Amino acid sequence: MAEALKPGWRVWDRAGRNLSAASDMGVSSTPSPQHPHRQQQFSSLEDKPQFPGASAEFVDKLEFIQPNVISGIPIYRVMDRQGQIINPSEDPHLPQEKVLKFYKSMTLLNTMDRILYESQRQGRISFYMTNYGEEGTHVGSAAALDTTDLVFGQYREAGVLMYRDYPLELFMAQCYSNVSDLGKGRQMPVHYGCKERHFVTISSPLATQIPQAVGAAYAAKRANANKVVICYFGEGAASEGDAHAGFNFAATLECPIIFFCRNNGYAISTPTSEQYRGDGIAARGPGYGLISIRVDGNDVFAVYNATKEARRRAVAENQPFLIEAMTYRIGHHSTSDDSSAYRSVDEVNYWDKQDHPISRLRHYLLGRGWWDDEQEKAWRKQSRKRVMEAFEQAERKLKPNPNLLFSDVYQEMPAQLRKQQESLARHLQTYGEHYPLDHFEK
Amino acid sequence: MAAVSGLVRRPLRQVTVRDAINQGMDEELERDEKVFLLGEEVAQYDGAYKVSRGLWKKYGDKRIIDTPISEMGFAGIAVGAAMAGLRPICEFMTFNFSMQAIDQVINSAAKTYYMSGGLQPVPIVFRGPNGASAGVAAQHSQCFAAWYGHCPGLKVVSPWSSEDAKGLIKSAIRDNNPVVVLENELMYGVPFEFPAEAQSKDFLIPIGKAKIERQGTHITVVSHSRPVGHCIEAATVLSKEGIECEVINMRTIRPMDIETIEASVMKTNHLITVEGGWPQFGVGAEICARIMEGISEKLVLEYSQAVINIVYLNTYWIRRLKARGGQMTTFNLSCIQFPGCSRCSCHWC
Repeated sequence: MAEALKPGWRVWDRAGRNLSAASDMGVSSTPSPQHPHRQQQFSSLEDKPQFPGASAEFVDKLEFIQPNVISGIPIYRVMDRQGQIINPSEDPHLPQEKVLKFYKSMTLLNTMDRILYESQRQGRISFYMTNYGEEGTHVGSAAALDTTDLVFGQYREAGVLMYRDYPLELFMAQCYSNVSDLGKGRQMPVHYGCKERHFVTISSPLATQIPQAVGAAYAAKRANANKVVICYFGEGAASEGDAHAGFNFAATLECPIIFFCRNNGYAISTPTSEQYRGDGIAARGPGYGLISIRVDGNDVFAVYNATKEARRRAVAENQPFLIEAMTYRIGHHSTSDDSSAYRSVDEVNYWDKQDHPISRLRHYLLGRGWWDDEQEKAWRKQSRKRVMEAFEQAERKLKPNPNLLFSDVYQEMPAQLRKQQESLARHLQTYGEHYPLDHFEK
Repeated sequence: MAAVSGLVRRPLRQVTVRDAINQGMDEELERDEKVFLLGEEVAQYDGAYKVSRGLWKKYGDKRIIDTPISEMGFAGIAVGAAMAGLRPICEFMTFNFSMQAIDQVINSAAKTYYMSGGLQPVPIVFRGPNGASAGVAAQHSQCFAAWYGHCPGLKVVSPWSSEDAKGLIKSAIRDNNPVVVLENELMYGVPFEFPAEAQSKDFLIPIGKAKIERQGTHITVVSHSRPVGHCIEAATVLSKEGIECEVINMRTIRPMDIETIEASVMKTNHLITVEGGWPQFGVGAEICARIMEGISEKLVLEYSQAVINIVYLNTYWIRRLKARGGQMTTFNLSCIQFPGCSRCSCHWC
């Protein structure tokens, strides 16, 4: 019988004696290449659990684990709400130029948001989503990455692109679906994509980017690319099945990925109390084997520090990380939403006035003497001017050529699409006067 | 048939499709306490498109339930609730997102009654907007009539008018089979005259029966959902040119009322199908296949004389052009002629 047992199998007789350890079965007592994380030593004489599914001690008292939602995972922060560094050893000591770039990226985004939101209200663009209140999460994390790290976003991460110097002209082109749009006018506004800046085109269905990001991270690992993939999503999207699959696969496949959850309190009108009953998203991480942290998302330095360290280790150890950035969605979900229907103006005002990533960073800058009211006034004027110029330009540009309706469905255009394209051309020759062809590129 | 009082007739009212669906759900929620609505944003927010406006206020948390964001999750929960004896209405914010839940719809809802040997019915309604809206791009614009219409075990309806919407949602809720109700976002705000019968709490439209919206003699035009309106507009224009279209509103995709279409084609000898879905393997493709099979039996002698014009319109790209301000005054027609055709009187060739 000893010969018949395969290595690693254990057999007990009715008296509870472990027979398989009676002879040397070649049972490994040290972690093997196949099971690098199995810490347990196997010994037949000690009464230790042998279950393959968990590495733990026995306990003889019936006690359930209570989810801890009153006193959850603590929130890491570097600055207080007035922009003062709390623990000097956590100050990242970033140079003035870099911190000013943080500030200017966040404020430029804020200005662009205001103007494009208004333009939707005026019927100039069909749709828009603002980033109010979450600028810190975008810029802090983007600054901690390499410019070539791949970004998978959800739809509220425009600040990442802003930090990577995506020009205002291209933001506007995408929202206006004009001839300069890299996406050829095929997407709803705010669905940006930029290959050059390693920002994967935004896809509407929620959380689909999570397993995709894991796959991309796996590819990066196989290629020894020394890159990390960062995957952004909201706390609402984390309810999707894709999130569960993504987390689990990232851990089992040991992928260099940072999961970055923007927990902003609302998914359209659904508050977090109806979205989940556990301790947010960070608490789920350890359940999957992910190294996790919760940070103050309105503290750009906290976001920066956490992302920086996560990136370093993710690449060095091929280890997934989960960062839950607590923040608040100051704006409506989108231009199709009026959030006064489900939350009080007072609540929104608190976050806008008392705990805003831009204000906190401004206080820091003022405290360091790196910024003053004069510069603030000048920058506001300049940034608004830049945005308005890009906006006016975008308004004037033509829409893409109608021929682009048919391309890129496949790599090569199939015959029936070519026929449809020709059919449209003929149709427009006869009936072109009924269409606003002057607005489109010829 | 609802009884109409002899002398006093209630006047026709204008009711939007949204309000018609709302009314239908409200009446069924009132009639049967096992009926409940679940989905994202359906409760306090009144629904992402306000279709469930006022229902949470009236019926509360037990009957109108907001779910976390997981279509697969809440569709599965709804199927389970239906299996346990409740009658859920499961709302997808759009049917594009139902793809995340399609396993629950097909493998669990549609197939279970059969696979359980008739022991386990699943009286569930899946509803939500389907098809194209205004510039919402590819991932929010697909028409799922052909996908769901393919599957045995499911019933699939596609209302156009307010009357359709109310009658069909009520029939769907009362039906013990899983029913997919394909609404349309652009139709939600469109008002229609609501006939007196439709105002009754027992107003039902039978699933599986098409409606002839406009009588005609020259050509049969078959459609479902929003394109029915386009067909009626086109028919009005063509009428001025002396061509009388018979416009059929399918109302139900599965089981398809092919008899009504066949009878009409027998009369007119010409057929156009108009839909928002893609042509390949679509609703129109199925209609044409069935007409060909059916007519070849019925019209063997007249076959050489009949010319069937088949036009596929991808109304998404036409609507895009229209949304840019273009006017569609005629549709692009092409004629497929059969060998032995002796040229019909339509002169389209």
